[in-house]
Amino acid sequence: MTAGTDTTGSKTPPAEADPSGRLADNIVYFARVLRNAGLPVGPAAVVDAIRAVEVAGIQSREDFYWTLHSIFVKKREHRPVYDEAFRMFWRSRGLIEKLIALFSPTAPPQPSREKAKAGAARVAKALFEGLQNPTEVKKPEIEIDATLTVSGREVLQKKDFAQMSADEIADAKRALADLVLPLDRVRTRRLVPTSRGRRIDPRRSLRSSMRAGGDIIALRRRDPDEQPPPIVAICDISGSMSQYSRIFLHFLHALTEHRRRVHTFLFGTRLSNVTRQLRMKDPDQALDACTDQVEDWSGGTRIATALHDFNRLWSRRVLSGGPIVLLITDGLERDSDEDLAREMDRLHRSCRRLVWLNPLLRFEGFEPRARGVRAMLPHVDEFRAVHSLGAIADLCAALSGRAGREETEPRAWLSRADRKAAG
Amino acid sequence: MTVEAPAPAGSPTLPASIDETETLLRSAGYIADRSLATVLYLSLKMNRPLFLEGEAGVGKTEIAKVLSATLGRSLIRLQCYEGLDVSTAVYEWNYAAQMVEIRIAEAAGETDREMLGKDVFSERFLIKRPVLQALEPDLGGAPIFLIDELDRADEAFEAFLLEVLSDHQVTIPEIGTIHASQPPIVVITTNRTREIHDALKRRCLYHWVDYPTAERELEIVTTKVPGVDDRLSREIVAFVQMLRAEEDLFKQPGVAETLDWATALTELDQLALDPETVSDTLGVLLKYQDDIDRIKGSRTRQMIDDLRREVAAGA
Repeated sequence: MTAGTDTTGSKTPPAEADPSGRLADNIVYFARVLRNAGLPVGPAAVVDAIRAVEVAGIQSREDFYWTLHSIFVKKREHRPVYDEAFRMFWRSRGLIEKLIALFSPTAPPQPSREKAKAGAARVAKALFEGLQNPTEVKKPEIEIDATLTVSGREVLQKKDFAQMSADEIADAKRALADLVLPLDRVRTRRLVPTSRGRRIDPRRSLRSSMRAGGDIIALRRRDPDEQPPPIVAICDISGSMSQYSRIFLHFLHALTEHRRRVHTFLFGTRLSNVTRQLRMKDPDQALDACTDQVEDWSGGTRIATALHDFNRLWSRRVLSGGPIVLLITDGLERDSDEDLAREMDRLHRSCRRLVWLNPLLRFEGFEPRARGVRAMLPHVDEFRAVHSLGAIADLCAALSGRAGREETEPRAWLSRADRKAAG
Repeated sequence: MTVEAPAPAGSPTLPASIDETETLLRSAGYIADRSLATVLYLSLKMNRPLFLEGEAGVGKTEIAKVLSATLGRSLIRLQCYEGLDVSTAVYEWNYAAQMVEIRIAEAAGETDREMLGKDVFSERFLIKRPVLQALEPDLGGAPIFLIDELDRADEAFEAFLLEVLSDHQVTIPEIGTIHASQPPIVVITTNRTREIHDALKRRCLYHWVDYPTAERELEIVTTKVPGVDDRLSREIVAFVQMLRAEEDLFKQPGVAETLDWATALTELDQLALDPETVSDTLGVLLKYQDDIDRIKGSRTRQMIDDLRREVAAGA
């Protein structure tokens, strides 16, 4: 505990952190605070942190901050949380100052434990305060059918989804197994063994030949691997889409489980990334996590703004590897058409294929008045409409149907709509 | 200054404190901020890979080069790309030589199959690629191993790195495990075009390399572009910082772009920014046509007026 008793036997300055001392305890508590605040801090990180502080020593508050930062922060997004937690945890106790001045071995353990918990509570509060929004609206009785209405107004509210039944889950799995998206196999540059590929695999050839004694070298082959491309789903959750939100989310959850690279974004009046939430195994848990994350359920729509945010903040991070972008929206939009067209164009140019899935727009109901639709259509590769949407199977059918060009080609849609409007 | 942990043998030149790390980088013309110096010092001390993430052109790769130059270690660089696999990154067998060996054994009438198998897959026939080279002992001390733009490789490749990063070893099925006597100093950079798996990040010390502050950027410009006019460099930095504060730019200019621009304007014998020249040379700073269109012309003039006013107010 006291300075100078470590194994090296050397004279140690007072700033050295003895791993068995209070400091180690405090780092453990601090790690717990971070974990409560949502940072993925494992036990290994705690051990590393204690080692790091031993190595770096405590010279100043700033150094201590960055020392722990290098261990606990694994993502840029975590920095604000860490910053907040650090400020609250270590300042409220004046601990660093104390440690720099004198490493006190006689400090009673009890107060520090309590204070650590208080710190955790405060950080948690500071973190989750934003979610308890004063504008939160509970509307269990009143059901307003906002279908086919357009609003840019921001309404912040939470949503509860009906839980998924076991049958539904089984159905969803079955439907998803049959799902074949357009252009769903992409040749990668990685080579895999095949029985009759075009390239010789020297390594496997030689190894198998050695196994047989080296007399004969039978040539083994390999070819480029084919993989499904990444999928980025951008899904509208505004009021006009609210009756479908549940099915889309379940679909995206199942898709995330089914394939490796799926990113999901939700937007109404603002854009949220729910990829991590949807990675949870249990569909209900995943949806709960989504509803916690998103604040603008069933409110207005600002497609252009959402797409602008996506293009600016996320496109470079998630659009690598030539993904298929699934845009799920009804296209009822109030922002100016010019912005919408520009953002759609930008999105279109940064992905392999842009598929627009529209659950509302039937051919009969198509009115040229929906100007958002007109602004968006020229920039999509494929336009698919779902006529009745009761289950995930319908959705899969709409996406994987080998519909003729006539049906999915966006320009054909537009011209037919014009003819219809004229005649 | 800080506690001197028992230094690992054979690395006497490693900096002994965060201050020293900062000085070391500065001596090679790399102006690092305190956070970067701290994480670098820790990674050197703890023998942990350093994982640097940040926008393009903020000086991530440069760190490895500077380390190599200042510590006198050799630099082994692995540039990542899609489809990168074990045979180009870790090791490859020399198949032609192996076949000749088999043929010779046949001609000599050797029939011991076991021996032949061992001979053919021995270290003689091993071609070492960057990862394996990085594990080799080096007279000048453990090398700097730079894994550049890891986000360009596909996910499958990340798995090859796990063993090397955590245990400094590589397992070759035919030979066994090759362990580094001196662990290399590993620097990994990514541009965040995709998320790197948590399993890999967990083994590293993470740092987000941010754009520098105006003060630091000015220091970088004066260090890196000799002969740049004092007033011009001030204006360049102020202008670039204003560009980064612009809301709608698709791609903000990095430090590399600032340096290029400073060089370009010096070559054009400019002593201060004027709207004409700025508009003409915007292509050095901004790499998207939309961005250039937005800034060109009247916006440029306005920004220059703004920064002149600021400088005047500050002086």
